[in-house]
Amino acid sequence: MSRCETLADSPGLPVSAEGEPVFAEPWQAQAFAMTVRLHEQGVFTWAQWAEVLSREVHRPGRAVDGADYFDCWVTALSSLLSERGVASEAEQSALSDRWARAAEATPHGMPILLDNAG
Amino acid sequence: MSHDHDHDDHHHHHDNHFSPMEARVRALETILTQKGLIDPKAIDAIVETYETKIGPRNGARVVAKAWAEPDFADWLKHDATAAIASLGYTGRQGEHMRAVFNDAETHNLVVCTLCSCYPWSVLGLPPVWYKAPAYRSRAVIDPRGVLAEFGVTLPEGRKIRVWDSTAELRYLVVPERPAGTDGLDQEALADLVTRDAMIGTGLALEPEAEA
Repeated sequence: MSRCETLADSPGLPVSAEGEPVFAEPWQAQAFAMTVRLHEQGVFTWAQWAEVLSREVHRPGRAVDGADYFDCWVTALSSLLSERGVASEAEQSALSDRWARAAEATPHGMPILLDNAG
Repeated sequence: MSHDHDHDDHHHHHDNHFSPMEARVRALETILTQKGLIDPKAIDAIVETYETKIGPRNGARVVAKAWAEPDFADWLKHDATAAIASLGYTGRQGEHMRAVFNDAETHNLVVCTLCSCYPWSVLGLPPVWYKAPAYRSRAVIDPRGVLAEFGVTLPEGRKIRVWDSTAELRYLVVPERPAGTDGLDQEALADLVTRDAMIGTGLALEPEAEA
């Protein structure tokens, strides 16, 4: 796994003293891991990724302390997937809504499944 | 006013809720899996390489302080949310915390679910196994067996209490302070507190084992 390349070239990625990425919540780690995997599969080059991420991170209105770093990350991943023709923004957005509905409809203790959205 | 009461219940917090980012990440995962571009197992494996390295240091500091300062331990026991917040660790969603103390009579074990009930702010990332359906159901039915799989054997006669976190209340297990740690400062004590110890699937490390 080309983790070093990932780390070195992801602008602004929060890392620990040991140089490992730091995640505040699991979805951040999942987004990170998916991006690493997609890069490994050749869906995009790291230069392409870094450019899109950098654009999101430097967009006006972003948190100065980097608190929304992974929001930028996910937005960047979304738009890159749309640009590369993997999935349109409409498709991504519709499915996000379904997942949100599925979570709301799932009682505590049960697995959140997409079918729960009804 | 029973009608109003029902109405309130209906509009009470949902058990599960995805933030827009969580929902978006789920959606991307679904799309990419369907297209054969990622395998969820490969994603879990990548996540797993990080989760153990992002030590749950906040929670460990809470436990170390409770071991070293009886007043703090008392506060933690009675109002964990405030005691933990006093150290600057607050949950993003403002959820309540309850600290459950292991002692000579009782061992505490926390189970969660596949939903979002896990105190990130204190414990860091949840282990992948914690989200597995098997862990939750087995922890309730056979906690001793689950603990044995984690290499934890409790003294004969010790009770096990299983706590099921909810969207509004999350648990932190305060493990027993190991023997031979009288001379350690709080920072050294915190190094003995593992994430698993704060979930109840482990015990605090012995000072020798840690070195």
